[in-house]
This record gives sequence, C-alpha cells and structure tokens, in this order.
Amino acid sequence: MDSVKELLVILIGSSLVSNVVLSQFLGLCPFLGVSKKIKTAAGMGSAVIFVITLASAVAGVIYKYVLQAFGIEYLQTIVFILVIAALVQFVEMFLRKVMPSLYEALGVYLPLITTNCAVLGVAITNVQKEYGILTGIVNGFATAVGFTIAIVILAGLREKMEHNDVPESFKGMPTVLLTAGLMAIAFCGFSGLL
Amino acid sequence: MNKATERLYNGLLKENPTFVLMLGMCPTLAVTTSAMNGLGMGLTTAVVLALSNLIISLLRNVIPNRVRIPAFIVIIASFVTAVELLLEAYIPALNTALGMYIPLIVVNCIILGRAESYAYSNPPIPSLFDGIGMGLGFTFALTCIGAFRELLGAGKLFDYQIMPDSFTPIGIFVLAPGAFFVLAMLTAFQNYMKITRARVGKETAKIQSGCSEDCMNCSDSGCARRFYDNTKTVAEGEESEIVDLEKEDK
Repeated sequence: MDSVKELLVILIGSSLVSNVVLSQFLGLCPFLGVSKKIKTAAGMGSAVIFVITLASAVAGVIYKYVLQAFGIEYLQTIVFILVIAALVQFVEMFLRKVMPSLYEALGVYLPLITTNCAVLGVAITNVQKEYGILTGIVNGFATAVGFTIAIVILAGLREKMEHNDVPESFKGMPTVLLTAGLMAIAFCGFSGLL
Repeated sequence: MNKATERLYNGLLKENPTFVLMLGMCPTLAVTTSAMNGLGMGLTTAVVLALSNLIISLLRNVIPNRVRIPAFIVIIASFVTAVELLLEAYIPALNTALGMYIPLIVVNCIILGRAESYAYSNPPIPSLFDGIGMGLGFTFALTCIGAFRELLGAGKLFDYQIMPDSFTPIGIFVLAPGAFFVLAMLTAFQNYMKITRARVGKETAKIQSGCSEDCMNCSDSGCARRFYDNTKTVAEGEESEIVDLEKEDK
C-alpha cells in the first residue's frame, strides 16, 4: 500500500504542485505557441502525454539496463536526447502505418515535441530523484497531465480574451504572458496540497 | 571593424539573443531568480556555445547536410556533459542552484540556432567569436533580468542588501509568476519599440517578439528551423495559427 500512496503523491505533486510549465518553465514554447484554441491545445496536450509517458519509460529502461549496467551514467544527457529524438520519429512512423486515426489526431504535434525541453526534463528529473522505472513512468505521465491542464486552461482564457481592448504594446504575447503569470499565482495555491 | 570584434558586438548588442532575438526563453525564466544564478547560467551557456560553434565550424565540411542536426546535438551534448562534470567538481554550489537546467542547455535554441545559422557556414575563428559574443550577450541579459528580479523580490543585488530597510520585498518576483511578469514587460517594451520604429519608418524585421512555437522553430533568423527535414510537415492549421500569432504581435 505504501508504494501506491507514494505514486499518488508523485501524481499530484508533478501535475499540480510543481507544474511543469508554470513553476518549472519547461515546454514554455508550445505552451505559448499552441494555446490559441482549446481544440488544438487539447491535441497538443494529448500528444505530450503520449510522448512523455513513452519517453520516460524508454529512458528509464535504458538508464537502468544500459547506462547503469556499464557504469556510464555521465553520458545520460547525450543518450537521452538522442533516444527521445529517435523515439519521436519512430512513434510518428509507427502511428502513420498502424494507427492512422490516432496519427491524424496527434501526428501534426509530434514534430513540435521532438526537442520540447519538458521531455528531456522529465527524463533527467527521474534520474536525479532516483525514481525506479514504474515511478518514473508515473512521474512522466503526471508531468504531462500537468502540462495539458495548464495549456487547456490558458487556451480557454485566451479564447475569452481575444476581443478585449488592450493597450497597443500589450497585444499578443505580453498579454498571454501576464495571463500565464496570473495562472502561476493560482497554481501556487496548490503548494499546500501535499 | 575586423571580423572578430564585429561578431562580439553583434552578439552583445545588435542581435542580443534574449533582448532582440528572444531565443532560449525557458532557461531565461527559470534560473534568473538572482543575479548570481543568471550570471552562472549565462557563462555556462557561453562556454558551451563558443566551443560547440568552434567544433561545428571545423567539422562543417565533414558533416553531411542530411544528418547535420543530430550531429550538432551530439557535439553540443558532449560539451554540456563536460561542463556539467566540471561544475560538479569545482563549483558545486552553482551546480546545485542550476540543477536540471544545466543538462537542458542541450535543447537551448540559441546554441542550435547559432550552429545552424552561423557556424555551419562560416570559418572557425569568426564562429568562435560569434559564439563568445552571443554567449556574452546571453550572460548580459540573464544577469540584468536576474538583478532586476533579485532587487525587487529580495531587495538585494548579488546577495548584498541594496534596498533600505523600509523597502518591503515584493516576494512574488523571485517566484515563478514573477518570471512571467518580467518577460511580459520585456515583450511589451519590444512591441512598443517596434511600433515607434515602424512609425518613423525604420526597419523592424530583426526584432522578434516572444516564442510563438516550439523552441526549435521559434524564430526564423536565429533558430534552427527543424530537427529532421520531414519536420516541415506541420499541418496547415498549425502554420496558419502561428502566422496569425505573428501578425497579432505586429
């Protein structure tokens, strides 16, 4: 039971308390760029969930059975970035062949994720916090869910604000960033949760 | 002006990666909680940038065009690993403060951007100075942002008390939301500059505003545009959304 509780804590901690975008600033670029409509934001979010969960599983296995087994942990950065890049390419090809409908839904977002810093960030966090493979996968999933929550909320806010009258200099990105800042304050409220 | 000083000037001021090109915003926001952290992150990135620019430039005739981006990434990641190990050994305090953001220098789009847009098509010495210039420009920007946040958020500068006792620190500026607010002000200022410049008819194309997409594609001039060539197959909807965004910024 203890481990289930631990996983639950990680699930809440990574998705809400230390939200990947709003408190760790990873994956900021898709967060700001693909958050204009709720629909695209949700698509991006689900692609991120898919890739990060898979990537943390693969990175976890490689870390444990290749890097640790040969005592070359210091190569983690190089290995992870290559594995992630290759994985995204592979997933894209695989989905196109085997599951065209899923590819249709996620495909366009996959290239955008290749070097999303959140993917590498999760793999490195898993190593730094010495998570096992299962814990790492849960952490990756939770982080990605946190990303999705944040991007969908931001997209919702942006849809509402689209026709607001803002000063000329604040049109576009500055307003989005201010909104993200306010969201970050709101997410600070979750820190009492754990 | 000779080539080397021209590259330094270009990186520091004319095309400052943070203030003008708006590249690499993720580390910029994450580590600038104090001037010292900003300086440390900036210098670390500068070292990686200068060395990887030099090596990529030396190897530019060896690396085949099709696999250049993975090759760049391997070179950059090697330097990042080396720098990380050095920091761990000699400046452990900085290593702890920057934590996971050091390995993440690999995906910093400034480095890949310079490799793609400058080092891959220029001789080694100018490339080295381009890296140093861009790196110092990044360091300068990060230190400024860090100093600003530290001053408002803790009343200190490089850990020395600056503000009088009567000043109540605005704690939010050293927390995550503060970073977004500072960047919002920065982009708003850029927009303002653009608007005023456009009014007097000056060229504004060089000034970018904010990340509008994935790090890899965030700006056309400085940033590497794609990872592999097939990455160009971004759906129409996405493209038009991004174009809309850019239009909106103007």
